[in-house]
Amino acid sequence: MKDQALARGHAPPDPGREALEAVAAWACRFTPRVSLEPPQGIALEVEGSLRFFSGADSLRKRIAEGLETLGFTAGIASGPTAQAALWRASGGGGALEDLPVSVTGLDEEALALLAGLGLRTLGDVLRLPREGVARRWGKDLVDALDRALGRAPEPREFFAPPARFAQKLELPAQVSEAPSALFALRRLLAQLEGFLAARQAGVRAFRVLLVHPDCAPTEVSVELASAARGEAHFTRLLFERFQRLELPQPIEAVLLAAESLEPLAEKTAGLFGGPGEGGEEWLRLVERLQARLGGEAVHGLGLHEDHRPECAFCRVDFRTKDSRGADTREQGGSPGPRPLWLLEAPRPLCEGEFALLAGPERIESGWWDGKEARRDYFIARTGESLAWIYRERQGGWFVHGFFA
Amino acid sequence: MTSLTSLLQRHSVWRGGAPSAPGAAAVPTGFAPLDAELPGGGWPAGGLVEVLSRHEGIGELQIVLPALAALTAGGHRVAWLAPPHLPYAPALRAAGVRLGNLTVVRAPGRRDALWAAEQALRARVFHALLAWLPGASYPELRRLSVAAQSGPGFALAFRPAQAACEASPAVLRLELEPGFETGRVAVRILKRRGAPVSTPLRIPIQRPFGRSAHALDRAPLPTVEGSGARARACAA
Repeated sequence: MKDQALARGHAPPDPGREALEAVAAWACRFTPRVSLEPPQGIALEVEGSLRFFSGADSLRKRIAEGLETLGFTAGIASGPTAQAALWRASGGGGALEDLPVSVTGLDEEALALLAGLGLRTLGDVLRLPREGVARRWGKDLVDALDRALGRAPEPREFFAPPARFAQKLELPAQVSEAPSALFALRRLLAQLEGFLAARQAGVRAFRVLLVHPDCAPTEVSVELASAARGEAHFTRLLFERFQRLELPQPIEAVLLAAESLEPLAEKTAGLFGGPGEGGEEWLRLVERLQARLGGEAVHGLGLHEDHRPECAFCRVDFRTKDSRGADTREQGGSPGPRPLWLLEAPRPLCEGEFALLAGPERIESGWWDGKEARRDYFIARTGESLAWIYRERQGGWFVHGFFA
Repeated sequence: MTSLTSLLQRHSVWRGGAPSAPGAAAVPTGFAPLDAELPGGGWPAGGLVEVLSRHEGIGELQIVLPALAALTAGGHRVAWLAPPHLPYAPALRAAGVRLGNLTVVRAPGRRDALWAAEQALRARVFHALLAWLPGASYPELRRLSVAAQSGPGFALAFRPAQAACEASPAVLRLELEPGFETGRVAVRILKRRGAPVSTPLRIPIQRPFGRSAHALDRAPLPTVEGSGARARACAA
């Protein structure tokens, strides 16, 4: 099988060139080799895509579902050549030999002649001598048969999707509420997703124009934090916006436009589900929080080998370090009870404000870096709280943490 | 008696006192008496929980610690939002929390904290969000509660006890009271889905000292001069 093609023939009424191009732009998500087959067919060369979409059946299912979202009904068939696939799609499937002769698109007169001779299927025609067929029904039919059987080359012009996306959809009936137009818009958003997927791109912004019969259209522009292309995500964003929208008049058509594409590569799924649950989402969130609160405001926690309590942990900066790497080392035996809260600045305490419960634990360390600690730690009760307090060797009591 | 128990186990019998049927999966708190009283048997997934306490250092973190340890060990992320002090890594590690799955967000301003909380909930990446929001108003908490609904985990808002008399959109409100002498913290369920409970639950908390330490409680304070020598003796 040299190249397998899936083709679809649209049932009448004739969808028109524009609709065909819209479907072709959407179909670019499955394969870069899409060709228009007017009046109502599209051929996709999918041999190279089968593995990615886990087989022909699964791909066919996706195409069928996608077309339904776009609002088209189609016959889908595959074949070793585009011509065979197209004929099978319009003939309702089955073996090439069993297809009715009408799929060839011959004119009425020629079809009547075939019927008069008792030739009903392509198989009947193929059994006739070539020269006779060419003389009676023209060389075009013989050529088409050759192409369908793979005997002749099948040069096709592949569809080149446009560089910017702008599609308009007339609503079947006017709607007065913006959320009601969302259903129709989903078709356009699905087209946009296919259009972007074909380019490995995403958008940071898109516009929706709600066209009214007698006044200027209402424009809704949506801006995103980072490039994206998911139809479901866009629909959700629009839903939020439409909830608060006041319309001057009913909507008769919707228009979706997107420019300024940005590269957005597909992520390869990892063997164990990627770098952790929602890793990408989480990273985006951290970036967003850091953008507003400052880079220092968002950090992870890690351990650090030091006897001084205030040095026994470290803040993990997510910007420089893999967050999951910090916890690999096991702590080598806990030195004593440690509180869950540590005060950033120890709070001075007057004698008489506390009652000692346990201790002391002596910590003397850090003479080498100028932040020497010479303290005796106690567990104490201060009011209703259980606190971790210490006494400096020079004197003076401080609260350093709470056993929360 | 046996026939009564078997009768009660049948689905056709509805008991008025039982907590309402669990909707989403809940995260077990790790304390059996508390789990028994919470609808769903734990911290409600997709719910906002308020924990009210008058004091700090009475075990307010310990009631959530077993759940944090289980979540982080399972590879789920947990966020600490605007904590009043530093969550102390060595103590968390000793309690079985995997530090690599923690994210600490410090937001000094009230508005920043609320904004960050909503962002964190909407991103739906945290299975538990611990937030300290002392001054949040009803509409603000309502926003958070809605944001939490779609998420995979629960959001715990730590608030002062004075907030108990305000209306709250939280699905669960707990008030903690110190039970210092008994080594248990008293948990009163102010609000839950289902029938109300009036009796406080006593949840055992880990105390950082053994039985013998009580001696110190009753003994007079060690003098400043003599405590050095005693310290060595105790440590040995």
